[in-house]
Amino acid sequence: MWKWLHPYAAPEKAYQLSAKFLPWFAGLGFSLTLIGTIWGLIFAPADYQQGDSYRIIFIHVPAASLSMSLYVSMAVASFTGLVWQLKMADWAAASIAPVGAMMTFIALITGSFWGKPMWGTWWVWDARLTSELMQLFLYLGVIALYASFEDKVVAARAAGILAIVGVINIPIIKYSVEWWSSLHQGSTIKITEESAMTTDMLYPLLLNILGFGLIAGAIITLRFKAEVIERCSMRPWVKQLASQKNGAKDAI
Amino acid sequence: MNRHPNINISYTRAFLTILKRDISIAIRHRGDIFNPLLFFVMVITLFPLGVGPEPNVLARIAPGIIWVAALLSAMLSLERLFKADYNDGTLEQMLLSPQPLTVLVLAKILAHWLLTGIPLVLISPLLALLLNFESSAYIALIITLALGTPVLSLLGAIGVALTVGLNKGGVLLSLLILPLYIPVLIFATGAIDAAGMNLPYGGQLAIISAMLIGSLIMAPFAVGAALKVSTN
Repeated sequence: MWKWLHPYAAPEKAYQLSAKFLPWFAGLGFSLTLIGTIWGLIFAPADYQQGDSYRIIFIHVPAASLSMSLYVSMAVASFTGLVWQLKMADWAAASIAPVGAMMTFIALITGSFWGKPMWGTWWVWDARLTSELMQLFLYLGVIALYASFEDKVVAARAAGILAIVGVINIPIIKYSVEWWSSLHQGSTIKITEESAMTTDMLYPLLLNILGFGLIAGAIITLRFKAEVIERCSMRPWVKQLASQKNGAKDAI
Repeated sequence: MNRHPNINISYTRAFLTILKRDISIAIRHRGDIFNPLLFFVMVITLFPLGVGPEPNVLARIAPGIIWVAALLSAMLSLERLFKADYNDGTLEQMLLSPQPLTVLVLAKILAHWLLTGIPLVLISPLLALLLNFESSAYIALIITLALGTPVLSLLGAIGVALTVGLNKGGVLLSLLILPLYIPVLIFATGAIDAAGMNLPYGGQLAIISAMLIGSLIMAPFAVGAALKVSTN
C-alpha cells in the first residue's frame, strides 16, 4: 500500500494523477447530478404531507452531508500533513476548505427556503441550524487563518490545527436532531436500516448525493492542481509544462 | 539563575514557577487584570440603557447578557497570554526548556484564569443584582461562570497560540474562537434559565463540566502544537 502510494507524495505525480481524475469526476458528477435533479424535481412523486416543497431535499441533503464529510476529510488531510509532514496533504486541505464552506452555505440557504413553507419561518435558532452555522464559521476561520500567513507552510500547519480542533462540531451536528427535540426533522436516509422513504424518492436523492460528491471532488481536484502549480512554479517540470504547446491550458 | 546545575527540575516545580511568574507580572501591570473586568461591567451596564430598564425584560435577557459579555472580555484579555512573551523571546526559551510544553502551557492558562476568570465569578452576584435576577438563579450563575470561564481560557489559548505570530491577530482571533465558545454559551445560559424557573439544571452543569475536563486534557496539546507552529 505504502509502496503504491509513495510516489504520489511528489508534486509532479500528484498533479498528473489529479489531471487524470478530473475529467472523470467532472463528467460523472455532472451527469449524475443532472439525472438525479431532473428525476427528483419532475418525476418523483409529491410527498403526502409536504407536497411539492419537499423537492428541495434533492439539493439540501447532498449539500448538507457534504458540508460535514468535506470538513472531516479536510481535518484528516490536515492531520496527515501535520504528523507526516506531507506537503500534498496540506495543499489538499487548503483546496477543500472553500468548497466545504460553499456546501455549508448552500445547505443553510436551501434549508431556509425549505423552512419558510414548512415551518413558516426562514430561520429558527434550532440545534441543527445553529450547529451548521457554527460549521460555516469554522470553515471561514480556517480559510482566514490560512490566508493571513505569508509563509504558506506555517499557514497550512496553523489552519490544520484549527481544522482538527473544529472536528468536535461534527458529532454535534450529526446528533443534534436526536439529542435536542427540535424543529428540524430526523434523518430519513439510514445506512444500516431501511430508509423512511419510498424508493422512487430515495434513488434520485442517492444519485444527487453521489453526483454532488463527484462535483465537489472535481472542484477540489481543480483547486488542488492550481495549488500545486502555484507552489511549484519554479520547478523545471512546471516550466516544461508551461512551455508546451497547450501548456497554458493544461496548467489550469 | 544562569547555568543551573540541576536542570531536571520536577514538573510540579516548573508548573508553579511559571504560574508564579505570570501572576507577579500581571500584578505589576494591573491594567491587564482590571481592563477586561471593567469592560465586562461596562458592556453589562450598557444593556439596561439600550433595551430599557424594564425589570422583567432585564431578568429575561440577563443570563445571555452576562455570558456574552464574559466571552467578549475573555477574548479581550486573551491577547496578553502569549504576546509579551513572544515579543521578548521568553516563549522560545520555554519551547527550548526540557520540561514538557503542555505543563508550561497549562500553568500559563491557569494563571490567566486566576487573573481574569476568578474576578468575573466574584463580581457576578453584583451584576445579577443590577439585572434583577431571580434569586434562585444566583447560585447557577456563579457555578456556570466558575465551570465555564476556565473552558474559555483553555479554548481561547488555542486561538491565541495560532495567531501570536501575526501582527493583525486581534480581529482574526474572534473568528477563530467564538464558534468554539458557542456550546459553552448555550449550556451556561440554559442552566441559568432553568434555575430561574426553579427547574433542575444538573444536566447542563454536567455537560459544562464534561467540556471543562475534555478541554483541560486536550487543549494544552493543541496549544503546544500551535505555539511550535507560530514560533516556527
